[in-house]
Amino acid sequence: MLKQLIVSPSPHIHSGDSIEKKMYGVFVALIPAFLVSLLYFGLGALIVTAVSIASCVLFEFLIQKFLIKGKITIFDGSAILTGLLLAFNLPSNLPVWIVVIGASVAIGIGKMSFGGLGNNIFNPALVGRVFLLISFPAQMTTWPEPGFFPVTYADATTGATTLAMMKAHFGVLPSFVSMTLGKMGGSLGEVSAIALILGFVYMLWKKIITWHIPVSIVGTVFIFFTIVISAHTGEFAVKFPLYQVFSGGLLLGAIFMATDYVTSPMSKKGMLIYGFGIGILTSVIRRYGSYPEGVSFAVLIMNALTPLINTYFKPKRFGEVVKNG
Amino acid sequence: MLKTFRIGGIHPPENKLSGHKAIENIPLPAQAIVFLSQHIGVPAVPVVEKGDQVRVGTLLAKSGGFVSSNIHSPVSGKIFKIDSVADSSGYKRPAVLINVEGDVWEDTIDRTDTLKKECHFSSKEILEKIAVAGIVGMGGATFPTQVKLLPPPGTKAEVLIINGVECEPYLTSDHALMLEKGEEIMVGISILMKAVLVDRAIIGIENNKKDALELFEKLSRNYPGITVQSLKVQYPQGGEKQLIDALIRRQVPGGKLPVAVGAIVQNVATAYAVYEAVQKNKPLIERVVTITGKKLGKPCNVRARIGTPVGELIDYAGGMPDGTAKIILGGPMMGKALTGTEIPVGKGSSGVLLIPSPEAQRKEMRNCIRCAKCVSACPMGLIPSYLMSLMEFNELKLAAKNAITDCIECGSCSYICPANRPLLDYIRLGKGKVIKK
Repeated sequence: MLKQLIVSPSPHIHSGDSIEKKMYGVFVALIPAFLVSLLYFGLGALIVTAVSIASCVLFEFLIQKFLIKGKITIFDGSAILTGLLLAFNLPSNLPVWIVVIGASVAIGIGKMSFGGLGNNIFNPALVGRVFLLISFPAQMTTWPEPGFFPVTYADATTGATTLAMMKAHFGVLPSFVSMTLGKMGGSLGEVSAIALILGFVYMLWKKIITWHIPVSIVGTVFIFFTIVISAHTGEFAVKFPLYQVFSGGLLLGAIFMATDYVTSPMSKKGMLIYGFGIGILTSVIRRYGSYPEGVSFAVLIMNALTPLINTYFKPKRFGEVVKNG
Repeated sequence: MLKTFRIGGIHPPENKLSGHKAIENIPLPAQAIVFLSQHIGVPAVPVVEKGDQVRVGTLLAKSGGFVSSNIHSPVSGKIFKIDSVADSSGYKRPAVLINVEGDVWEDTIDRTDTLKKECHFSSKEILEKIAVAGIVGMGGATFPTQVKLLPPPGTKAEVLIINGVECEPYLTSDHALMLEKGEEIMVGISILMKAVLVDRAIIGIENNKKDALELFEKLSRNYPGITVQSLKVQYPQGGEKQLIDALIRRQVPGGKLPVAVGAIVQNVATAYAVYEAVQKNKPLIERVVTITGKKLGKPCNVRARIGTPVGELIDYAGGMPDGTAKIILGGPMMGKALTGTEIPVGKGSSGVLLIPSPEAQRKEMRNCIRCAKCVSACPMGLIPSYLMSLMEFNELKLAAKNAITDCIECGSCSYICPANRPLLDYIRLGKGKVIKK
């Protein structure tokens, strides 16, 4: 027996779960989408991702070491995840220096200025992405044509995204099959619906997230476009709404960006309302706004409303409504 | 079909190391330490003095008020002293210390094993006998049983719920007792039904105790009105409110007693003690205790006299393993960490658990990442992370508004938190402050 016993209040056991496990769980869920982006965008995807992750980790380290002079937490996985998610939201031919700027904004402004992990109001990767979208609109909306393990990087031939084509009524839309597989223009991580859904299923299985946010977002967008398009054309539309769901950043946003723990509501009811809000905002921006894509803005706006949702939509308490029988 | 409660819950590894082990009688201690307060409520008032000779079953202390309980001598011998010694909370509390001499029982106690089924006592007589025998809730809450069986005026019990859940990991004392004393427990339940004037009782048993389920299903055929329900394994199903929700789909409103929805809950071990008290005149002087731990040589279930120091239990089960850093009286989720091995078994001690060093240490606390795991785990539908933040800023009013006093201290939130936040520590503190105000 030890000379000294530990005396502490209950509980005396712990699940063994940790922030790292959660973060690296999301990391694993993103692997399929990353492999697809390597397949279609090759070297470019690899460079953008590597630079994004490395600079996010570096900026977090520098800020913690020299500005805050506090604990270094770069290995908790969250900076790496922010880097990976930021890269997933960028075109694979984006110049390296722009990626670095995006990472500095994501970590510096999006995360550390609020006090680091757990305290940020907005999704850091999206803060970085939207900053770049507004600052470098040309570079951020030029997409390489998908190839087969291409080794070209910045000088790749460029094409438009499916959403841009739909918005401007030009070009030949990709087939539904290439859309689900990811053979289309777009940010490097958003193209393959199948890979993203695979990640979603993995995260559900590992209980990292629940279905509420992704399903309510995607459901809202699908229903919105079904109603609007059907009303517009006078016949029941399914194809166009499906294209809306499977193109652009909707699945990436719904599954990986909107579900960020820190910036999304805590109760199931709150999650559904948050998801509904993102769905409506995305649809309205896509349909009536000047940008073809609206997920990033929608998620950020709903991030800002999250504290309010948390205040007004609390979980149902035990015994609040007594149901007999 | 398996039933369970509707809000929250977790499923920690069961670790029932002493499952299916028969109950062994542990040797008597050299000295028994019997606390005057082994129940919720007013401490009992001693009726013996230093130097008195006592037998097993001699009254040591009388119930000190309405919510209080009699205390009997668990051993025979001489009163060494009445003094304040440290109890499981770490504080010094008055206790009777008895030097054990032989094992002489009071003559009134029927020590035979013969099953005595017929009970001709009236409700009032039964309650009286339970009070005299000093019976308290043996699941851990230790609320005096005669008080719990007497609903406040204006309320009426409809159903008796028997708690055979034993949802705490590691613990198997109730399981062992159910397997060995099934018939006695059934008689005990019938007596309890008679006491509270109900004609219906439901025994809730989790599905990880299939043998106990089978046994009680068989036994219940001979006892009209008593049914058995198998439950999905889920912590904290043994919580009174959770068990009622699981079995009869009624939720006890915050701040109310179970009888508000027509239920009275009793533990299986309490039902057994009631049988012994009413049918055998035996006061509550011993109980089944699980001695367990991953590194312990011989995890087992023992019948120990109240007042036996846990050190003697640990020695019986193979001795203290090297590297033991925490001794817990009770289960790992709600039990109390002891300050030493001299602390004795009490009426509510269902287990002694030894936790080795790395597991016993808490990991460093991190920032809350608002993952809402605690929200999904909370069986009372509270927001533990929010309540903890409120208490960090001492926001008592907001904490009260967010029902901090509804917390049943099951520990699910702290258990599940990936940031190792001591959620329950803060909530427990806050509860105390809010109630005081």
